[in-house]
Amino acid sequence: MTRAGQIRDAAETGGAEPEVPRDGPAITAGGLVKCFGDVRAIDGVDLEVETGTILGLLGPNGAGKTTVVRVLTTLLKPDSGAATVAGFDVLSEGAALREQIGLAGQYAAVDENLTGLENLTMVGRLYGMTRSRAKMRAWELLARFDLADAAKRPARTYSGGMRRRLDLTAALVADPPMLFLDEPTTGLDPRSRIALWETIESLVADGTTVLLTTQYLDEADRLADRIAVIDHGKVIADGTPDELKDRVGGEKLEVRLSEPGDADRAIELLVSMTDEQPVFEDGSVKLTVRRRKGAIVEAVQRLNQAGIGIDDLGLRRPTLDDVFLALTGHAAEVEDAGQVEV
Amino acid sequence: MRKLFADTMVIAERNLIRLPRSPDLLIAFTVQPIMFVLLFAYVFGGAISTPGYSYIDFLIPGIIVQNIAFGGFVTAVGLNEDLSKGLIDRFRSLPMARPAVLAGRTSADIVTNLLSALVLLVTGLIIGFRFDAGPLDILAGMALLLFFGYAFSWVFALFGLVVSSPEAASSVGFIVVFPLTFISSAFVPVESMPDGLRWFAEINPFTFMVDAMRALWLGAPAGNSIWGAFVWTVAILAVFAPVSVSRYRRAAVN
Ligand SMILES: Nc1ncnc2c1ncn2[C@@H]1O[C@H](COP(=O)(O)OP(=O)(O)OP(=O)(O)O)[C@@H](O)[C@H]1O
Ligand SMILES: [Mg+2]
Repeated sequence: MTRAGQIRDAAETGGAEPEVPRDGPAITAGGLVKCFGDVRAIDGVDLEVETGTILGLLGPNGAGKTTVVRVLTTLLKPDSGAATVAGFDVLSEGAALREQIGLAGQYAAVDENLTGLENLTMVGRLYGMTRSRAKMRAWELLARFDLADAAKRPARTYSGGMRRRLDLTAALVADPPMLFLDEPTTGLDPRSRIALWETIESLVADGTTVLLTTQYLDEADRLADRIAVIDHGKVIADGTPDELKDRVGGEKLEVRLSEPGDADRAIELLVSMTDEQPVFEDGSVKLTVRRRKGAIVEAVQRLNQAGIGIDDLGLRRPTLDDVFLALTGHAAEVEDAGQVEV
Repeated sequence: MRKLFADTMVIAERNLIRLPRSPDLLIAFTVQPIMFVLLFAYVFGGAISTPGYSYIDFLIPGIIVQNIAFGGFVTAVGLNEDLSKGLIDRFRSLPMARPAVLAGRTSADIVTNLLSALVLLVTGLIIGFRFDAGPLDILAGMALLLFFGYAFSWVFALFGLVVSSPEAASSVGFIVVFPLTFISSAFVPVESMPDGLRWFAEINPFTFMVDAMRALWLGAPAGNSIWGAFVWTVAILAVFAPVSVSRYRRAAVN
């Protein structure tokens, strides 16, 4: 369904004119603070997201990601600071703001006593659609998310991943210009994850803006135009994925040796290519090279001349894992897949 | 306003379509009132003297008022479940009229209350209850009864929003409402109570309500009971509906 269609629909059922997004950034936030008792869940968060882009909010457990999402979707009132979404103020223009957004929270919020179809139809009607349009839209989304077969079963009988998908489709029902997805792929199987990624990408190609939080660095790397790393309630770094990777340093050279016994000699031969001490891990010598160009040839020549056998060798850019580790001082904590709550 | 009405209907529908799928709820609405009527009629029936009426005639208006006041427990439990499952968050993020979640719930209760009251009434008729009134009075009694039940649904809505679990929601409701129904004219004549209780019973909304039902259904002297019941019901609504709505606006899942 088109956005214009939805707006026409809203005009039919509601009295007031539906609002359209205002010009300017899709999200602005300045100095957001929210405390729960002694816990400063977010502690001065600044954000700016351009329309039609994806911002990935990355951070360890308890960093404050969900709190940011809840403040921006008007579910929580910040203690101080200001924010707008689609140009509408979170504090004073909540009603108009909510016409612009779709939210899939961290834990699936579906009515277990209703069928998948009934759940989506209800949400569509609450966005102001007529019953028949809401139903049509529901079927369309159920088919896209592989839920058509289960459409007429109570959601109580759905698996965790199915509930999650149903919850995500509920956020998409009205095709809102601004989407908030809190850990959207947690608990999804690889196929559903990729399907969701593709859906998000095609929505963004049509102009939708997305804020998503994630624990999966590959997900942020693939989807996000910009990433904000958040820890202890503060944004500690932000930029494009490439900018963040550059910040943690150059390319890593990894040389797998045929004979682990050669490790010390290999390190001695390669040490002049780097500013740091090379390490030997998992059968490979690893070092951050000073210059990318010619690094592979150089390394091969040095080792060959010394008669050291090479099994495999590669140059890789730092991953967001490296970024995460360097910035927060600990690796991304991915929840045990078996304990995902929905 | 139109949006509020439309959204209320959507939520009411949501709460009603689950009914046929929840046998346990249906039992609560139907079997429980039948059981209560039979127990009271046959266990206490011989022991309580109710001058001017057979005990069954005296009992039915009382028990039907008690039953309808408890109908709101569905709202309390349901709202609390919605809170803990994050559904309230979903609703609060939608461009819907905010009071509609509560108004939809309480409106759905009117339907279940009517169902439950009819079951109770039919049971009463089978074991000997007889109206002594015209059809208009009977309908007026039914309308007043549903209105009273609706007001109590808002009381239960507040319970559902402030407590931490669905179990607590229904037990708090029970603890608050149960004594009120007993210290009233519902099951025994007020005149038979000791002074302190009797004073309380005479101003208790349940006494006004039960007396009003007896006036409308049995032709008992109305006194100020019908007006009293109406004023009490409006007062309960006027207090609990806004308080519940403002509580809902602030409600956040922990
Ligand atoms: N309703 C609440 N009451 C009390 N403390 C809260 C509440 N919500 C969040 N917090 C606290 O605020 C901090 C940030 O929580 P938040 O849920 O935003 O983290 P998160 O980054 O989403 O974590 P996760 O990756 O585990 O989802 C945590 O310390 C959390 O315990
Ligand atoms: Mg979270």
